[in-house]
Amino acid sequence: MSTQSSVVTSATELRAYAPTADLTVSPPPSRIERARPRTGTSPDNLRTEPGPIRFIIIALAVTFLSVFVVLPLVVVFASAFSKGIGAYLTALGEPEALAAIKLTLLVAAISVTLNLVFGIIAAWAIAKFDFTGKTFLITLIDLPFSVSPVISGLVFVLLFGAQGFFGTWLQANDIHILFAVPGIALATIFVTFPFVARALIPLMQEQGTQEEEAAISLGASGLQTFFRVTLPNIKWGLLYGVLLCNARAMGEFGAVSVVSGHIRGETNTMPLLVEILYNEYQFVASFAIASLLAMLALITLVVKTVLERRLDEGQEPSDH
Amino acid sequence: MTIEVKNIVKKFGSFAALDNVDLKVDQGELLALLGPSGSGKTTLLRIIAGLDWPDAGEVLIDGENALARGASERHVGFVFQHYALFRHMTVFENVAFGLRVQPRAIRKDEATIRARVKELLDLVQLDWLSDRYPSQLSGGQRQRIALARALAIEPRILLLDEPFGALDAKVRKELRQWLRSLHNEIHVTSIFVTHDQEEALEVANRVVVMDKGRIEQIGSPGEVYDNPATAFVHGFIGESIVLPVDVSGGSVRLGGRPLNIAANGAASGASKLFVRRHDMQIGPAGSGSLEGAVRHVRSFGPIQRAEVALSGGEGKTIIEIDAPRDRELQAGEIVSLQPRRYRIFAAHD
Repeated sequence: MSTQSSVVTSATELRAYAPTADLTVSPPPSRIERARPRTGTSPDNLRTEPGPIRFIIIALAVTFLSVFVVLPLVVVFASAFSKGIGAYLTALGEPEALAAIKLTLLVAAISVTLNLVFGIIAAWAIAKFDFTGKTFLITLIDLPFSVSPVISGLVFVLLFGAQGFFGTWLQANDIHILFAVPGIALATIFVTFPFVARALIPLMQEQGTQEEEAAISLGASGLQTFFRVTLPNIKWGLLYGVLLCNARAMGEFGAVSVVSGHIRGETNTMPLLVEILYNEYQFVASFAIASLLAMLALITLVVKTVLERRLDEGQEPSDH
Repeated sequence: MTIEVKNIVKKFGSFAALDNVDLKVDQGELLALLGPSGSGKTTLLRIIAGLDWPDAGEVLIDGENALARGASERHVGFVFQHYALFRHMTVFENVAFGLRVQPRAIRKDEATIRARVKELLDLVQLDWLSDRYPSQLSGGQRQRIALARALAIEPRILLLDEPFGALDAKVRKELRQWLRSLHNEIHVTSIFVTHDQEEALEVANRVVVMDKGRIEQIGSPGEVYDNPATAFVHGFIGESIVLPVDVSGGSVRLGGRPLNIAANGAASGASKLFVRRHDMQIGPAGSGSLEGAVRHVRSFGPIQRAEVALSGGEGKTIIEIDAPRDRELQAGEIVSLQPRRYRIFAAHD
């Protein structure tokens, strides 16, 4: 934001070289000094560890990951296929398994859609407006992350259970929330709420409101501004949030377990069914369902990497 | 189109960003709002555009109450300091945006929009960039595209917020001249905000100097430079030497010693004497009312700039003077100084 000019072409410009004269005159800041680039630590300077130590550190990291991440994943697939592909497919074709897959997809669809809308609204409010209680709202968004999922489920039991806050009224009107799809969806929405909002808030804060202001000053309506300017700018971040939200929604165990009631073929989601089958020593069936969840995780991982690359590209260095 | 701003008040918490501001902008003017940061100039511009709302006062665009309309209905072109180009659209689509979001009833057909965008890109001499994205352009190019985009809606008035603030010095100078010639060509009533006095003096027909939410002076570039109305304007525009003086009964004293200058009707009491650097005449010792020792001399172009430590008075007062190079000054030399042109303002200003 310097008001100074670098080419001396006129007497007017000469003035630019000196600070404002008041009673005292301080020397003008040295341009050369300010222009000198800081010598940062280059990656080369960091490679000071001797070869063996480097090798040990890398080997430790790789071993740790192999034992704690890759090995379990391999075990899941190995167990699922231990009796051959036929048994695997039969296990997945069981009505109970199909019901669980359908329920999981339904709950994920409901909770992702709703959290998409709520997430955008919350992120929009936080990133683009100033209001009292904003910090509180940001903290509140993180609440589902910091609360144990079991507690998240219990909250709904306390609210909608037979002895709960709305229990009597719900029973009188024959509305089923607990031990039914609505309860599972509510618990999942609660647990997965932060993902979309958290992905969008920093992005929207960084982008500011100038493009929206420009759109409005060019005559765009609020909706036009949202769909033509805001949404395209946040689309990769939004997809990123939706992806993580979806992965968690399908994989959620604790909160769902509390509200589901474990009614076979009706309120068991995939993670719940995995546990039940395992407890009944149906290992192949149990790991077959688990392998689906593991595949979901792998796909999520790949898409996430692609999206992260897109996000980085979207934030190209601009000179302000 | 004319713009009239009446008694505008805008507070951010307890801070008065604008304190009863009145301003009238004539048809076809290129007006500069000049002031330091926090002077309220950008807030005023945003209020005119409809991006901010005043707590009190009126804004009339062409005699019509602008506050009754939102920003999208005011038909005002706004150019942002950081361009605010739509990053996911090509240059072409950026410029076309204002035409594409028009209500269906008045929206032009695709061919007309294309022709209009082409015309605007030609106007800013960047038609060869129409398929690029903003991130692929230089700062100067981005700002010209931002201007073309604002002009696409045929705005009634054009508002520019520090349009060259984010550019480097050389590009800034080029764009300034370019903006002026563009304005001569299209003649839309324009206001631009700047904290750079040189920019304001060089580009604008009229300059509005602001400080602390108030207008200090409105005048042509020559007027604000030669006849500053207040101590602030004198200090802000052009470099000034400021000396604390006492005025009593028509005589002016510095540190108890009389200066051989007239008070020019300044009120008695503690005051400030403002002298432009080049209006301080340097002579041999004993010939003027101030005396000092040259501490340091730098010569460039047609002038030499001398740091002079004034003798007498409390403490050491060091001033900088611009002298012609007809006589080379030496460090250590004792010289006398006499203000040729000066102004005296009450000290509390």
